[in-house]
Amino acid sequence: MIPSVFRGSPIRDLLDKSVAGERLTLEDGVRLFETDDLHALGWVANHVREARHGDTTYYLKNRHINYSNVCKYDCMFCSFYRSSIDQEGAWEWSVEQVLLHVAPYKDSGLREFHIVGGVHPHLPFSYYTDMLRALKEAHPGVALKAFTAIEIAYFAELTGKSLREVLTELKHAGLQMLPGGGAEVFADRVRYKVCRDKADADRWFEVHETAHALGIPTNATLLYGHIETTEERVDHILRLRDLQDRTSGLKSYIPLAYHPDGNRLQKLGAPTGVDALRNIAVGRLLLDNVAHIKAYWIMLGIKTAQLALSWGANDIDGTVTWERIYHMAGSQTPEGMTEERLREVIEEAGRLPVERDAFYNVVQPLGAPA
Amino acid sequence: MTRDTSLERTYEKAAAHERLTYDEGVALIERGDTHILGALAHRRRLHLHPEPVVTYIIERNINYTNVCITYCRFCAFYRRPGHDESYVLAYEQIGKKIEHLLEHGGVQILLQGGHHPDLRLTWYEDLLRYIKERYRVHVHGFSAPEIEHIAGIEGLSVRETIERLRAAGLGTIPGAGGEMLVQSVRDRIAVLKTTTEDWLNVHRTAHELGMRTTATMMFGHYETRAERVEHLLRVRELQDETGGFTAFILWTFQPENTPMHRVRKLESHEYLRTTAVSRLFLDNVDNLQASWVTQGPRVAEISLLNGVNDMGSTMFEENVVSAAGTTYAMSSDAIEKSIRALGFEPRRRNVYYEELTV
Repeated sequence: MIPSVFRGSPIRDLLDKSVAGERLTLEDGVRLFETDDLHALGWVANHVREARHGDTTYYLKNRHINYSNVCKYDCMFCSFYRSSIDQEGAWEWSVEQVLLHVAPYKDSGLREFHIVGGVHPHLPFSYYTDMLRALKEAHPGVALKAFTAIEIAYFAELTGKSLREVLTELKHAGLQMLPGGGAEVFADRVRYKVCRDKADADRWFEVHETAHALGIPTNATLLYGHIETTEERVDHILRLRDLQDRTSGLKSYIPLAYHPDGNRLQKLGAPTGVDALRNIAVGRLLLDNVAHIKAYWIMLGIKTAQLALSWGANDIDGTVTWERIYHMAGSQTPEGMTEERLREVIEEAGRLPVERDAFYNVVQPLGAPA
Repeated sequence: MTRDTSLERTYEKAAAHERLTYDEGVALIERGDTHILGALAHRRRLHLHPEPVVTYIIERNINYTNVCITYCRFCAFYRRPGHDESYVLAYEQIGKKIEHLLEHGGVQILLQGGHHPDLRLTWYEDLLRYIKERYRVHVHGFSAPEIEHIAGIEGLSVRETIERLRAAGLGTIPGAGGEMLVQSVRDRIAVLKTTTEDWLNVHRTAHELGMRTTATMMFGHYETRAERVEHLLRVRELQDETGGFTAFILWTFQPENTPMHRVRKLESHEYLRTTAVSRLFLDNVDNLQASWVTQGPRVAEISLLNGVNDMGSTMFEENVVSAAGTTYAMSSDAIEKSIRALGFEPRRRNVYYEELTV
C-alpha cells in the first residue's frame, strides 16, 4: 500500500494511520507540520484526497463584493482596511452602488456572491439586510455567502441583539452561507498580538455554531505564516474538527497564506510555497470530518494552487473577477480567471474540473441529461 | 489518479541511481506519481550534492539587441529590422549596465540578443574587448543560434567563430536556443532557427575547445511528454561524449503576445514533474537550475525539493519572458531568504559552480 520509497519515512506511522482512516492527534499534527519528508506528507494527503474525491476538482463562478474597506479594527496583518472614509484608498458602496457593480452578472450563470467588508463604524444594520434583499431580488439564482464571523459578531454588538437574532434576520434577508474569514489563528496569544480588537476565538465559534444550528453552512480558514507556532496551527485545526464533530456545518477548510505588503507585519516576509503545500496537506489529514479542502488561488497564486491539487486540495475556488483584500497586500495574481482557464489549470494537474454551486452541489452543464 | 504499480522497477532503479532508459524516462514523465518522482529527484539531488547548500549567481542579463531575422513563433521579444521598437545597445550603454552589476557585487553578465542581420563579427569582438578592457566580469554570452548566425554572416566555421569570440573575451556559452531538441517540433516553432543537430554541434565544438556551456529546454507548446525525454536524451548523449555542460535549465513556454498565444499555457504541475524527471534522467549533468523567471519564487522554492540545487541568477533585468507577459523579480536577498526558509544555506557561485567567498 505505502510505496517503497516512503516505507522508511520518519512519518511512516502517520502514513499508516492516515491510510487506515484513523484520527490523528495534536502531536501527530505537529509532526506532520515539522517533518522533512515533504513528499511522504504530500503523497498521503493526496491519497486521502483521492480516496474521498477521486480526481474531481471543484470550481465555481463567483464574484466578490468588498462593499467597504472602512474598518474600526486595526489588525496588523491587514493591508485592506482604512480607519475612515476620508483616508486615501477608502471606499464604501451604497446598496445602489453594489447593485451597479454586479449588474453585468445578471443571468450570467454566476453561482455565488462572496460579500466581505471591514467592520464599518457607521453603517446601520439595515444597510446589510437591505443589501442582501436587493441582491437576492436582482440575482435570485446567485447564492449569498456573506459576512465573516467578525462582522456578524459586530452586528450583534451594534444592534444589541443575540447572534441568533442577527443571523435569523440576515437569513430572512437572503443570507445563505458564511465565509470562513476572521478565524486568523484561534490562540489567544496570537490574537492578542496581531488582532486584539477582533472577536475572540470563542465568539468566532459561537457565530459558526449558531449559524449551523440555523441551517446556514459556513467555511473556515487559518491565516498562517506570521507569528503563530506549529502547535498553534494544529490547535486551530483541531478546534475546527471539534466544531465539525458537533455540527457538521463546515463545508470547506481554507488555509490562507499571510501576505506581507503594506501592513505592519511586513518584515516577516511571505511564507514559502512549501509551507503553502504543507498547510493544505496537514489540513486534509487532520480534518477527517470536513469534506472539502480549498486551494484559494487568489491568495496562493494560480501556480501554487494548482500544485495544491496534488497535496490534498479538491477545490480551487472560483472565477472571482474582482478582489481587493489580498491584492492590497501585494498579491500578484490576476483579479479574476475565466472559467475556461480555471478548467485548463485543473486539467493540467491531471484532475477533472467540476463546476459547483456555493454549497458544493454539482452544476449540471447546459444540455446535460437531467 | 496515479495508481500505477508497473513503475515499481523503474522507481527502484532511480532510487539506486541507475541510468534510466528512454522508455523508462517516458514512463516516468507520463505515468509517475508526482510525489514519488519528487522524492526520488530530491534524493538524487542530495546524492549529487550532499551538502545542504543551494547556489545562485549575481549576474545581470543584458540583451544587446532585439533585432532578429529568425522569426521564432514562440518569441514576443524580437523586432524586425527597421521596426520602431528595434534597438541595438551602444557599448557605453552596456558598460553602464555592467557598472550597475559590479556595484551590486556581480561577477557575470548573461549577454544575449537577436540575430541581427547587419552586425559583423568585429562588432561582437569589439564589444567583448570593450567589456574585458574595462571590467572584471565574466561574459556568459550568446547562444548556439547566435554563433551559427554570426558564422553564417562571415562565412566562417562555427569553430573559427567561437575561437575568435573567445579570443576577444567570451567566457562561456549559455544553452539558449535549445528550445526543444526534436526537429519536427523545431520545424513548427522556429523553422529558421538552428537545427537540433547544429545546436548540439555548436555545443560539442565549444566543449572540444575547452569551453563550458549549459543546456536548456523550453517546453509546454507543441511537444509531447515523450519528446521532452527525447530532448533530455540528446543532452545526456552529448554530455557522455564531452562532459562540457555545467547545468541544465528548463522552463515553460510563455505564450502571451507571441504568434503561439493560443497554446494552452502550462502553470506548474508539469514544470515540477518535468524537473524531477530531468534530475533523474540527466544523471551526468551536475546542476539543475530553478526557473523563478517563469515560475515565480513560490514554485522555485518548491522546486528545491524536486531535484533543483541552484536558484539561477539575479537577472536584474529580464526582457524576453516579460515581453510574454510574465514578470517575476528576485533580488539576491529574496533568493537567499527563500533558500534559508527551505533549510538550505545560500552560497554565491561563478559560472563553473565554484562557490565564492563573499
